[in-house]
Amino acid sequence: MIAEVGHFALVLALLVAMVQASVPMVGAARNNEVWMALCRPAAIAQFLLVALSFLCLTHAFVTSDFSVITVAQNSHTDKPLIYKISGVWGNHEGSMLLWVLILSIFGSAVAFFGSNLPPGLRARALAVQGLIAVGFYLFLLLTSNPFERVIPPPMNGNDLNPLLQDFGLAIHPPMLYLGYVGFSMAFSFAIAALIEGRVDAAWARWVRPWTMAAWVFLTGGIALGSWWAYYELGWGGFWFWDPVENASFMPWLAGTALLHSSIVVEKRNAMKTWTVFLAIVAFSFSLLGTFLVRSGVLTSVHAFATDPGRGVFILLLLIIVIGGSFALFAWRGPQLKSEVLFQPISREGGLLLNNLIMTVAAAAVLLGTLYPLFLDAIGGGKVSVGAPFFNAVFIPLMVPMIAAMAVGPLLSWKRADLGPALKRLWIAAAAMFVMVAVTWVLITDGPFMGLVGVALATWLGVGTLVSFADQIRLFRAPLPESLSRLRRTPRATWGMTLAHLGIAVAIAGVTGAGAWKIESVQVMKPGDKVTVGGYEYEFKGATEHPGPNYTARRGLFIVSKGGKVFTVMEPEKRIYPVQNMPTTEAAIHSTLWGDLYAVVGDPQGTEGGFVTRIYFNPLVIWMWMGGLLMMFGGFLSLTDRRYRIGAPTRRQAGAAPVAAE
Amino acid sequence: MKRLVYLLPLAVFLVIAVYFAVGLTKDPSRLPSVLINTPVPKFDLVAIQGRDRGFSSKDLKGEVSLVNVFGSWCVACRVEHPFLMKLAKQKLVPVHAIDWREVDRTAGPAWLKKFGDPYTLIGDDPRSKGAIAFGVTGAPETFVIDADGVIRYKYIGPMSQQIWDETLGPIIQKLRQSGAKP
Repeated sequence: MIAEVGHFALVLALLVAMVQASVPMVGAARNNEVWMALCRPAAIAQFLLVALSFLCLTHAFVTSDFSVITVAQNSHTDKPLIYKISGVWGNHEGSMLLWVLILSIFGSAVAFFGSNLPPGLRARALAVQGLIAVGFYLFLLLTSNPFERVIPPPMNGNDLNPLLQDFGLAIHPPMLYLGYVGFSMAFSFAIAALIEGRVDAAWARWVRPWTMAAWVFLTGGIALGSWWAYYELGWGGFWFWDPVENASFMPWLAGTALLHSSIVVEKRNAMKTWTVFLAIVAFSFSLLGTFLVRSGVLTSVHAFATDPGRGVFILLLLIIVIGGSFALFAWRGPQLKSEVLFQPISREGGLLLNNLIMTVAAAAVLLGTLYPLFLDAIGGGKVSVGAPFFNAVFIPLMVPMIAAMAVGPLLSWKRADLGPALKRLWIAAAAMFVMVAVTWVLITDGPFMGLVGVALATWLGVGTLVSFADQIRLFRAPLPESLSRLRRTPRATWGMTLAHLGIAVAIAGVTGAGAWKIESVQVMKPGDKVTVGGYEYEFKGATEHPGPNYTARRGLFIVSKGGKVFTVMEPEKRIYPVQNMPTTEAAIHSTLWGDLYAVVGDPQGTEGGFVTRIYFNPLVIWMWMGGLLMMFGGFLSLTDRRYRIGAPTRRQAGAAPVAAE
Repeated sequence: MKRLVYLLPLAVFLVIAVYFAVGLTKDPSRLPSVLINTPVPKFDLVAIQGRDRGFSSKDLKGEVSLVNVFGSWCVACRVEHPFLMKLAKQKLVPVHAIDWREVDRTAGPAWLKKFGDPYTLIGDDPRSKGAIAFGVTGAPETFVIDADGVIRYKYIGPMSQQIWDETLGPIIQKLRQSGAKP
């Protein structure tokens, strides 16, 4: 019964979304206020209905109602409660329901907080949101109904894919979707702006916080995904340039570009068409990500459930949404005039460079991801494009980008001199040379890329601190003045500084784990010892342990350094009997300078030997610390007064035209 | 001219969409094998421990059969294993096996003892001789061989009831009906 309520709520949500997509749009065209005003109650009603539907599905999972196919296929009575709940979105149907739930959350947020928006813009943006929602409701109801019943119901369920029974992965999809779907806001506002034929600073200020929020979540989602891959897949790696990882990375690159270009729209009233274009691109990449994961066009480790029938539907949706918006862009885009021409050496010039590199990078990832598909379609056979391609493309792009990233914040708007900015960065250059020299002496046989990474991370990290010090005139003004400037530093500046530092820290992490990783694979019997990265691992054997819905083989390592016991590590290999599938639970001991990482494998031989893999991953934790810094920076920037929702009108009320700021 | 620049994103997207449409018509898990529709090259594999007969290319003549490539080290093989057991019980088609790349000669037999042995004939293939004959890219992989010993189909990945019902079953049916020449 409850499942039917959920199904019915979803059908009602579809009807509401149809109204939301049409009536306010027509109202905006005819300047009919009543019709336009309908967008708000519609968005809120849609949210309530989808939320009800989502709760119904959650109820089915929590109570293990196996008469619902989705539950029967993805849950089991023995599963811990948290994974029953995360099982709601651990499958295709439920994850799509989560997608529309998040879409409706964003829509109702506009309805709630958007009282200061111009009514026409609000009506059109929400109508576009409604249109996207209609597409996804139809997709859910026609091809992936999460509430479908099965008669007779099975005695017990098939269990969730054991790889997904993990805390990191339980919260990974919601984070990622908040990012993906969050870009729909920028998209809807971009389409609304194209229809209105107007983009101004107020528009940019409206779009920016939504883009920022989406970016923070997407950053978190990607970081969580790589963290999961790191500790769960047991290879000691964290990024595989897998199509699905790329699918989340492309919107991130486009979204990062969008964040930076919208600053130029806001401050200089320039790069408008470009910003609108990026807003469309960022969301298109999000949709593409959904398509790639769900259609089975590309195979990948993530393709848990692929179905070409659904693929056709999503492809149609893509053609309507992306093709339609690019057609609109081609038609209306030329009318969005940017008034200002600008100098290459200026803050906006730096932001433009950032945009160009980010876009080229996103295009390169797109090409690398789709190349196998292109080749297959023209009969060229199956190939896969892996890390070598992406490394070859990415490193040359990132070097100039990072080099410029330290300089950009030191440049002023409109016109700047490169000389003084570079002069202020002397300390960053000096630090860079010292760090490279130290690294070279300490690690004599490391790859050259390691040195490049150290150089980039140091240059950017110190350079960012230099520009922050410059901002508060540290050492150039009396200390009290610097302190008072520090207090008055806008949160957006803090956010930028932290996010850029985050990039520097993350580069250090990627460099450490990529260039200087130590790996050792061997068969160990109880009592055997092996030394990896200066730590001595003594294998004490492996024992069997029952878990709630699995049995685990747990290995025991006593790790010592310099003769003293340092830590105890207990990696596990779990077998989930329902799906008869093993998972690897690596034992990880993180230190600031590197992770100790141990995996126990299958028994080998007859004398109690086991295959063990032991890694030392230098600096790897820095990567996620960098991710956290970026997220925190983005969050701080979100709380900046200027971007606080409603700020645009309060400023407008002051009679001064907004664009003049 | 400027208009054309604005049309560029649409054009690029449409090209990509066409490729997606073509891509959707192809099954990504079905890698074409160069050996499809050619006779199985000669191979002769010794028996695994505990069996007295091995498996050779001669065994493939006379009736339609499946050749399944597995290994005790292969996780996905364990996923398809219950289905193979079911298939063996129903006796729909002989399922032969290549026990591929075992480091230890006892590992394959021990694995079969633990999970059940659905196979008609098994060849031990530590040096990948049989695997090379079939053009195996990974395990599990399953080949449909017709009564003349010609490779007719290759399925990559774990088998399941659905794949049997939708793909392998109909192919075998067709091969049997048309005799040796489909």
